[in-house]
Amino acid sequence: MRYFILIFAVLVLVVVGVAGRRGDLTRNRPIQIFPDMKRQLKLRPQTANGFFANGLSSQLPQPGTISQEKSMLVGGKEVYSFEDAPVNTGRVTGATNYIELNAFPVTEQLLTRGHRQFNIYCAPCHGQTGEGNGITKKIGAMAVVANLHDQRIVKLADGEIFNTASNGKGVMQGYAAQISKEDRWAIVAYLRALQLSHLGVADDLAPETRAKLNIK
Amino acid sequence: MSAIFPKWTNKLPLMVIVGGLLTVIAVTAGVWYYFTPKYFRVGYQPIQPVSFSHATHAGQLGIDCRYCHSMVEKSWFSNIPASSTCMNCHNQVLKDDPRLALVRESAASGKPIPWVQIHRVPDFVYFNHAVHVNRGISCVECHGRIDQMEEVYHSKPLSMSFCLDCHNNPAAKVRPADKITDLGWTPSPDPAIAAQTQAQYGKKFVHDFRVESLNNCSACHR
Repeated sequence: MRYFILIFAVLVLVVVGVAGRRGDLTRNRPIQIFPDMKRQLKLRPQTANGFFANGLSSQLPQPGTISQEKSMLVGGKEVYSFEDAPVNTGRVTGATNYIELNAFPVTEQLLTRGHRQFNIYCAPCHGQTGEGNGITKKIGAMAVVANLHDQRIVKLADGEIFNTASNGKGVMQGYAAQISKEDRWAIVAYLRALQLSHLGVADDLAPETRAKLNIK
Repeated sequence: MSAIFPKWTNKLPLMVIVGGLLTVIAVTAGVWYYFTPKYFRVGYQPIQPVSFSHATHAGQLGIDCRYCHSMVEKSWFSNIPASSTCMNCHNQVLKDDPRLALVRESAASGKPIPWVQIHRVPDFVYFNHAVHVNRGISCVECHGRIDQMEEVYHSKPLSMSFCLDCHNNPAAKVRPADKITDLGWTPSPDPAIAAQTQAQYGKKFVHDFRVESLNNCSACHR
């Protein structure tokens, strides 16, 4: 019996010693005890796959592919993403001039959306207030970040800001892949609200608000 | 006449019982403790081709998860960002750093970086990221404190019972829609008040976000 207990204890110690505890960090790939059908021969996004010549599961669309995505509702009108419409290009249909005003009707909902998306995608560089003092500027990593309250930018047409957000400008790369069109227009609308907050003068306020804030 | 069985055999039944019991207990305990994703999956920390630090980017710099994982609110699949997303900043930041050589090369050639996938549910599980993050379930519930990880590791088991724990009682986990990517968020710094607030608002959020948290098989297995 003594020998049994000894062997038993040694075995337990060896198993615990080799296997370790739950949650221990390991570089080894997890073992599948019961593989069942956990890994199937199907295409999953962004994985290596031998089916296509370049060995990737996610393929780029062929040149000239027309997107089949849903249409956008712009002020009650359906617009598809392949159309030469201001909402897609930021330019007047059939011309190269930028449209002056937002392609979407500016509503509270659009501004709220723009606020949210601005803080995710624009604020890292331009800062939450748009003064060009985002985190990349603060750590001294970026040499040039535009102050969005610059007269130069205030005077731009909405369509041109949309174009910059989509295709980039200078060292800023385009955000067309990361931010949807609706959201880019929402960001433009929100940016206008941000700019207005810096441009405003006391006379813009209603008399009762001015009285409340003690502004003559 | 000598005894057929020596005296020690009197103890044999006891030895067999004790030995058998010990073995059964050890095997049961071993299987219970080890044969679970809590052991097999948790702690998996592969070496990535680029030593990207989530602690620096998401934690210290405070970049929102969605800056890179931009499709998470629209798609079932939370995308690994394209190398060009890295270059949004790294075309200026550390632009000649050797650690980023692979990223620059990938952005220039279009050949993807072979990141190693860490969190992967079985192929017969159809988990939808968008449905969860749009209804008040934070990234942290399944991925842990990514914003504190220098190198990402698997921190939650992602077993079926892990899913069902939440599906049975979503009110314990749902949070305000604007706090989804705020991984360190709690309703209150005081755990007692936090639990109370969660109990109070959890039900409201479940109703407001129209959380269905289906428990039938075909919700996840299709």
